[in-house]
Amino acid sequence: MSNKYTEDDLREELKTKEYEYGFYTDIKSDTFPNGLNEDIVRAISKKKEEPQWMTDWRLEAFRVWKEMVEPEWANVRYEKPNFQGISYYSAPNSKPKYDSLDEVDPELLATFKKLGISLDEQKKLAGVAMDVVVDSVSVATTFKKTLGEKGIIFMSISEAIKEHPELVKKYLGTVVPQKDNFYAALNSAVFSDGSFCYIPKGVKCPMELSTYFRINQAGTGQFERTLVIADEGSYVSYLEGCTAPSRDENQLHAAVVELIALDDAEIKYSTVQNWYPGNAEGIGGVYNFVTKRGLCEKNAKISWTQVETGSAVTWKYPSCVLKGDHSVGEFYSIAVTNNYQQADTGTKMIHLGKNTKSTIISKGISAGKSQNSYRGLVQINSRAENARNFSQCDSLLMGNECGAHTFPYIEAKNKSAKIEHEATTSKIGEDQIFYCNQRGIDTEKAIALIVNGFSKEVLNKLPMEFAVEAQKLLEISLEGSVG
Amino acid sequence: MLKIDNLHASVEDKNILQGINLEVKAGEVHAIMGPNGSGKSTLASVIAGKEEYEVTEGHIEFDGENINELAAEERAHKGVFLSFQYPVEIPGVSVTNFMKTAINETRKAKGLEDMPAKDMLKLIREKSELLEIDRKFLSRSLNEGFSGGEKKRNEIFQMAMLEPKLAILDETDSGLDIDALRIVANGVNKLKNKDNAVIVITHYQRLLDYIVPDFVHVLYNGKIVKSGTKELAHELEEKGYDWIKEEVNA
Repeated sequence: MSNKYTEDDLREELKTKEYEYGFYTDIKSDTFPNGLNEDIVRAISKKKEEPQWMTDWRLEAFRVWKEMVEPEWANVRYEKPNFQGISYYSAPNSKPKYDSLDEVDPELLATFKKLGISLDEQKKLAGVAMDVVVDSVSVATTFKKTLGEKGIIFMSISEAIKEHPELVKKYLGTVVPQKDNFYAALNSAVFSDGSFCYIPKGVKCPMELSTYFRINQAGTGQFERTLVIADEGSYVSYLEGCTAPSRDENQLHAAVVELIALDDAEIKYSTVQNWYPGNAEGIGGVYNFVTKRGLCEKNAKISWTQVETGSAVTWKYPSCVLKGDHSVGEFYSIAVTNNYQQADTGTKMIHLGKNTKSTIISKGISAGKSQNSYRGLVQINSRAENARNFSQCDSLLMGNECGAHTFPYIEAKNKSAKIEHEATTSKIGEDQIFYCNQRGIDTEKAIALIVNGFSKEVLNKLPMEFAVEAQKLLEISLEGSVG
Repeated sequence: MLKIDNLHASVEDKNILQGINLEVKAGEVHAIMGPNGSGKSTLASVIAGKEEYEVTEGHIEFDGENINELAAEERAHKGVFLSFQYPVEIPGVSVTNFMKTAINETRKAKGLEDMPAKDMLKLIREKSELLEIDRKFLSRSLNEGFSGGEKKRNEIFQMAMLEPKLAILDETDSGLDIDALRIVANGVNKLKNKDNAVIVITHYQRLLDYIVPDFVHVLYNGKIVKSGTKELAHELEEKGYDWIKEEVNA
């Protein structure tokens, strides 16, 4: 990217050129050797047949990342991943793209069924197009035709880099810059795949767009990159769901999601996250360090809705930069932690424009020996006249060994700002349980009922079929949490 | 139907019930009266199977089966219903959803399929009319922001929905104005038949004017110290409990 060609660059390039070929002959399998250096970054880029600008962009990120240290301010304790012990690229053995499900590897379909995500069913569900990401490479894209007729682009980000470089180049890293934070930098350097979505001016996307993520191969960190652009006056609802099969070793997941809502556009982004949380003793589980951020131009609106039930450690703050006047940001979240899970999650609402509005509804449920923290920032810039925020953080505790924490940060630099914050903490009481028991509802079911009631305000924000799935997930996540 | 034999129960090492004997047959209405702290609500909770209470002696038989070891929900499945003195709130769970869950869990325990939505709706319509309950009420969160009267009426609505064999009404009259009392009592009377039984726990004679008991028992210091017919309730209303205390302590 830099236009100066220094001696360092020259040396770097020479070193690489020499190594490149040797390196590639070594890589016959679809999984790269463990470790991370510039060669690996180049190799990923090359493997994906990326143009030079993309390779440079990755390398720039890698160089920034090398100088960064892992953040430690979150209220989580874990053994830091060994970044040289991870393989940064892995693809399923057969990776052609399919137009229909019939062509998809039956074994893959079977796995999805086991996970409760039948593609068959999903396809039948009215208006759901899927871009399935298995171990970093898209294997199926559906409904592409219908979307194509409206001019909507929905494809893997790898394809988008090749087919729509002007859009990717224009927007990638504009909301979450490479140097934004440690994990965003890492992701920028090594992202494997992810989704790209562009809704043209004035188009209302006729169906919910959804992507299912899953970690497949042991020891493969996943670095998804998602970029959603809603052009002026357009609308899109995007669903993202994750399930991961059980495994023993820690897995790193560091995704970046960037949303761009141009003037009068609206993006609704819903997530159900169910990465492997580790076993009841706190062994294993996914480390989920995610950067999600959206930019709102004039009159635009971005809504984040998330149901977080998985991962051993979660570090995630879907945020909105309310740049345009009259723009709106919303964050609705349910975070469940059980056993030894730790979650530090929340949002940032950055009010830059006039008459901007934000709403935060956060529901934390802690059980077992878990720790659940809400961390939120509401920032009203000096030029943001008449900005308004409403925040509500509710915590529900089960048992005596878990913890719920709330860290609200408020920075108001404009006197006209109106900021409201409400917080409650409650405990599932023995009286509530007995009441349910007396009506014939056993304790497990009673807890599910109480938890679903507690989470209702957020569950209601999810698209119907997702809400049902999320409700089931809440129940499964809290199974066995009461003795 | 219910046979309680020499029942002793304690909570946190405090002995509350100290040898209760009581037999309730199908078709009967029993009233249990007594001064505050005599153990009335404890008796109700112990019959319903609240875990915090430990049965230290004696046993409870329901339909000929010893139910001492059964969990609260298992007793509920067998047809034991408790109308709570202080019904709890469950935010975000509608009355309808709660009832649907309760009915289907009970059916599941009996090996039955979920009740079809159509039947459920019909049942709800029928029972809410019986208790003069506004439909809007059914979509509200369970007991959240309910008035005292609404809470009690909701308890009886649940009883109507679940059709228990044995209903224990724990101070259902407290917090009710006279109109609400009449509606609730009428509801109970309409549900009453020769195959089920009701135990009414109350401080006052008032409710017994509407739900007429076959037997009245006075509970004092964890024991039934006097039993009689509905006339006993009138006597208590007139004279209070002091004469009973004197009789016992004499």
